[in-house]
Amino acid sequence: MATTGKTRNIKVIEVHGVRKTYGPTVAVDDVSFHVADGEIFGLIGPNGAGKTTTMECVEGLRSPDRGTISVLGLDPVRDVYKLQRLVGVQLQEAQLQKRIKVWEAVHLWASLYERKAADGDRLLEQLGLGEKRNAWFMTLSGGQKQRLFIALALINDPELVFLDELTTGLDPQARRAIWDLVRGIRQRGKTVFLTTHLMEEAERLCDRVAIIEHGRIIDIDTPQGLINRHCPERQVVLATDDPLAEERFRSIPRVETVIRQDGRFTIGGRGDDLVTNVIHCLSENRIRVTDFRTVLPTLEDVFLKLTGHSIRD
Amino acid sequence: MLRGLANLTWLEIKIFLREPLGAITTVGIPVLVFIVFGRVVGRGPAPPPQSAIGLIRVQLPVFVTVLIAINAVLSLVTIVSIYREGGILKRLRATPLRPHTILAAHVIVKLLLTVITLMLTVLAGKRYYPLDVDVPVFGFTVALLVSTVSILSIGFLIASIVPTARFAQPIGGLILYPMLGLSGLFVRPESLPPALRSLARVLPLTYAVSLLEGIWRGDAWSAHLGDLLALAMVFVVCTALSAKVFRWE
Repeated sequence: MATTGKTRNIKVIEVHGVRKTYGPTVAVDDVSFHVADGEIFGLIGPNGAGKTTTMECVEGLRSPDRGTISVLGLDPVRDVYKLQRLVGVQLQEAQLQKRIKVWEAVHLWASLYERKAADGDRLLEQLGLGEKRNAWFMTLSGGQKQRLFIALALINDPELVFLDELTTGLDPQARRAIWDLVRGIRQRGKTVFLTTHLMEEAERLCDRVAIIEHGRIIDIDTPQGLINRHCPERQVVLATDDPLAEERFRSIPRVETVIRQDGRFTIGGRGDDLVTNVIHCLSENRIRVTDFRTVLPTLEDVFLKLTGHSIRD
Repeated sequence: MLRGLANLTWLEIKIFLREPLGAITTVGIPVLVFIVFGRVVGRGPAPPPQSAIGLIRVQLPVFVTVLIAINAVLSLVTIVSIYREGGILKRLRATPLRPHTILAAHVIVKLLLTVITLMLTVLAGKRYYPLDVDVPVFGFTVALLVSTVSILSIGFLIASIVPTARFAQPIGGLILYPMLGLSGLFVRPESLPPALRSLARVLPLTYAVSLLEGIWRGDAWSAHLGDLLALAMVFVVCTALSAKVFRWE
């Protein structure tokens, strides 16, 4: 479980055995998970895996065929209007009226919520949209549109924010800016439930992730927990012209493979100690190296291992 | 939620006006048809023949009025399809707004537009129309609003079934304009072949035309209870049906 203070064990979202079909297609099957108060929880998987369907069932925009969902103690289908007042939602690929002005959208949204809304103008400033107040929606860039949607999702100062594929189609710079925003939401004590097909995004942002494929959840854990359990392999790549190096490397504890190519060695093994052991060996034997780096598995590797294919396929 | 409805309605009016071409054609075409056709038929050295007087005294004004209603409906169908395709409807639905509030805002905008267009037509008519036509303007406006609401419900049904925004306008036109042809405005229902006549009897526009024509001529409302009932039935049936089949995305 993730760290950062607060009452971590209160379950903001609880999903049990949810199934949703569209005609003959089973979009989501037997999905169960929970989201704890104050965490960033990510549902990750390729396009079409059932992420959005799952999220929209939790938001109350779709009703599941089977299973139970509880959000902030409410039934999202039965109490959908009550729920909408308490949460903030950013939908995948949403649009607004082409010629609506930024401030008009914020003003309209603010007027829809009874509880004291966040200060719209301040929110726009915080999200770097202050200068775009009077711009039409259609004239905004992709990143600006996404930031506006984030502003709309936060306008009622919600306890729980849903973000569906919020950085898709953005350039890396805009993406990083949005990641900072999402971390900011968590810092204010809110809970974030997001979906993404970007493993890097999940790894950098999420406290916990659920990997979903073909409508089923394969595993749930912290990104590091998933990596440690499924991909314990570590690699050290180094360059040296010491003639005895290869022999020394092979005798390092926990080392499984040593591959030599063009004066470079790739040392492979398992567990967190591998890197320390290699460094130890280098200093003990006074091996002079001209390059040294580690190759650590990522969520991408976890996904590959669990599903047998890359998330981009 | 009334505040939400008021805000959304006001916003939709502003947004509508920001697209000048759409606004001008929706309002302008009926006014133009009214004036141009009236002058073409009514012009000449001799006073127009009796049949033509009937045409420009009653049929043309009522035709233009129905055109206003149809324009409003087509514009609604198009906008709902665009909003659906762009995910705008879905985005609005993921707020405390009730679904019917979102649609009601559009209906109000279209009704306002209908009244404004009618007023412009009346004003332009006073100035440029060849005959001075004296009608109960208030009663007629009410009759037009009743008809428009009823036809708007057909619009929602059309909006429920059109697959993409690109087809919204043509499909809507394809359904509504032939209805106008059979509505009894230019060809009396009695002179239609029997099959078409019974078809005309189930088409909602027939009742709208009958009501509008009657009020235009100065009939009492009580003489048109049948039309009102028919329009109310169309409204109830179409609204109920579209509530069932309407797609938000």
